[in-house]
Amino acid sequence: MADGDTALILARAQFAFTVSFHFIFPAFSIGLASYLAVLEGLWLKTGKDHYLDLFRYWMKIFAIAFAMGVVSGIVMSYQFGTNWSVFSDKAGPVIGPLMAYEVLTAFFLEAGFLGVMLFGMNKVGRGLHFTATCAVALGTFISAFWILSANSWMQTPVGHTINDAGQFVPAGGWADIIFNPSFPYRLVHTVIAAYLTTALAVSGVAAWHLLKGDRSPQVKTMFSMAMWMAALVAPVQIFAGDMHGLNTLEHQPVKVMAMEGHYQSHPDGAPLILFGIPDSTAETVHAAIEIPKLSSLILKHDLNAPLAGLDTVAKEDRPPVGIIFWSFRIMVAIGFLMLALGLWSLLARMRGKLHEWRWLHRFALVMGPSGFVAVIAGWVTTEVGRQPWVVQGLLRTRDAVSPLAAPAVGASLVAFVIVYFSVFAAGTIYILKLAGKAPQPHEPAPDHAPIRSAGITPAQAVQEGE
Amino acid sequence: MDLTIIWAAIIAIAVAAYVLMDGFDLGIGILFPKFRVGRERDAAMNAIAPVWDGNETWLVMGGGGLLAAFPLAYAIVLPALYAPLIAMLLALVFRGVAFEFRWRDPDHRAFWDFAFFAGSLVATFAQGVTLGALLQGIEVHDRAYSGGWWDWLSGFSLLTGASLVIGYALLGAGWLIWKTEGALQADARRFARPLLPALLIALAAVSLATPFLEGQYWQRWFVWPGLLVAVPMPLLVLGAAFMVRRGLARGPDWRPFLWTLIIFALSFAGLAISIWPDVIPGRVSIWQAAAPHSSQMFMLIGAVVLIPVILGYTAWAYWVFRGKVGDEGYHAHGDH
Repeated sequence: MADGDTALILARAQFAFTVSFHFIFPAFSIGLASYLAVLEGLWLKTGKDHYLDLFRYWMKIFAIAFAMGVVSGIVMSYQFGTNWSVFSDKAGPVIGPLMAYEVLTAFFLEAGFLGVMLFGMNKVGRGLHFTATCAVALGTFISAFWILSANSWMQTPVGHTINDAGQFVPAGGWADIIFNPSFPYRLVHTVIAAYLTTALAVSGVAAWHLLKGDRSPQVKTMFSMAMWMAALVAPVQIFAGDMHGLNTLEHQPVKVMAMEGHYQSHPDGAPLILFGIPDSTAETVHAAIEIPKLSSLILKHDLNAPLAGLDTVAKEDRPPVGIIFWSFRIMVAIGFLMLALGLWSLLARMRGKLHEWRWLHRFALVMGPSGFVAVIAGWVTTEVGRQPWVVQGLLRTRDAVSPLAAPAVGASLVAFVIVYFSVFAAGTIYILKLAGKAPQPHEPAPDHAPIRSAGITPAQAVQEGE
Repeated sequence: MDLTIIWAAIIAIAVAAYVLMDGFDLGIGILFPKFRVGRERDAAMNAIAPVWDGNETWLVMGGGGLLAAFPLAYAIVLPALYAPLIAMLLALVFRGVAFEFRWRDPDHRAFWDFAFFAGSLVATFAQGVTLGALLQGIEVHDRAYSGGWWDWLSGFSLLTGASLVIGYALLGAGWLIWKTEGALQADARRFARPLLPALLIALAAVSLATPFLEGQYWQRWFVWPGLLVAVPMPLLVLGAAFMVRRGLARGPDWRPFLWTLIIFALSFAGLAISIWPDVIPGRVSIWQAAAPHSSQMFMLIGAVVLIPVILGYTAWAYWVFRGKVGDEGYHAHGDH
């Protein structure tokens, strides 16, 4: 293999590794920030202390997840230049401003109010503190808005021309670029995924404590809230995912062919392949279990609609089928398991047994980390499905890479792997340690807050004076 | 008005904001092993815990802004400085998580304290090396970096790396003098005293070496009208250093920090004079690297509206945590 090919593969491995790791944390913190805002809002509205207890309990976990998201995110903002410099040069005039808006509207907002949210409850009063929490939650959403807009432009590029230097430059209005054809679908699908991921993680923790026999109002409340999310949002997500898939079929049909495992065209109704082993050399799916014509029904709403296969696409323009065939199925299977969990919880709720049925709790516990798996599987599907392009149809991934020698990229990849696995494993252990303890009445705030400032009465004195 | 100049100014301001703001919290990390285990370290950490994340966001703004406004410069500089930048990013991972992890795992607090120190030190040194490597010039051919993987390494870049470590450490000591009291404040004063002359020597060494690098620097500084700036600049730095020295002896606690900031601001102005109007010294001008007008205009609208808002709520966040950080009883307010 030529040195250039090795460097390309190492650079791709490095981006896949760093972005997958990074994506886990925002997927959690987008949902968790909103959950915290809801909890604090409920506390302020009802005055019930168990909402405050839950708020403080999850805020400690949020602080760890957010810190890991920040440091892995800074890496991403430099990966484009260090490893994909040709992409940066060519696409910078279009996606650069989107990312700059992300920094200006989201990162500063989150970072500016995070300190007050974590440490400021006794300094600024309840109303302002709630504002800070909402600002952090809003920041996480705005961040998703811009970065998914940039990503969606790479999937469905519109609104640009190519200048003399070979750069993509805006052709007209920025609205065309921001609201490119796949963006609304990807935004809805991804943000709902983040909410579901968080709900499943919360219910997993709650189920653990229910199974250990803890029936405190704190534990029951978080289990009930998370189960409402699973029951109401999982079906919405399946519908949103279907819409996203139809959008992909319209704009990136090759990706859908690979997801479906359709090597051959089907002129009169394509089967839905449930499982099988894709073989790109033989261009077939071995041991396929398939339902005739169902794929045409799902994608075209017509049993006999013709569907083109990968045989209509030049070999060098096809994505690797095996990876996305499986990642897509993992995502879909988890989505339906979430739906099952939600429906089961509805049944239990109707019977008044939500906090009693141990098998429901066991299922919820097992499903606790499933959102993270689904999010990564979905991300792999859409990103690998775009290959061999970095900007769909216009710029190949192999032409976008930095002029780096393989040893340099390989060494940094090894360093990232070692550091990420050790540091983020430690962080995950700390989160699990916190989650392993049930939320308590009068749950303590983060125990390392700077507590005293000039001109401000220490919190303790205020509480004792009440 | 030329949008390219405006964007060069915005990015220069973002980088300056980063250096001034993250500088002091990286500096506290550099000094961290010198503080006594227990209350001193806890208080030093608490002096920056609510603001470090916002400070570091300016680094993302500098990088993201460069990609957006000067994509060609971003595409050339980052591969050229590959090793120091990757080292910086990994170091920032360690120090960033240490803010949370050291409290979560008392059994391994010594390890995370070391990670905080080493991460801060390596990140700072790598930033200094990056500056030196940029100043000494990087090879460019056909819109891409064309040099080798060790080009960044030189005596000069090691000098700038060491200088920045000294400078940030002094900023950190100044912040602690302002924000703490008692034994920790006394320690910070003690550390600041030798750091000040060390910083002056480092600045003098960098300033004297720079004109002998290849390129425009000699012309810029030692030929009329550059002499107009070259002569008073050292005097201004010395004046500011005198005020730091006085502040360490007596007067309000904010004085050493503020005057150290002024030394940094003067150094930054000197750098701007050296480099202007290039974005990659001697190779690529800001106009050659600039994004098209529509990209710059689109971002400018956002920047004009949002940067004042950002500065507003950032100032508010600092104001909320104004005054001295207590060094007693972190468990006080939650446990009751």
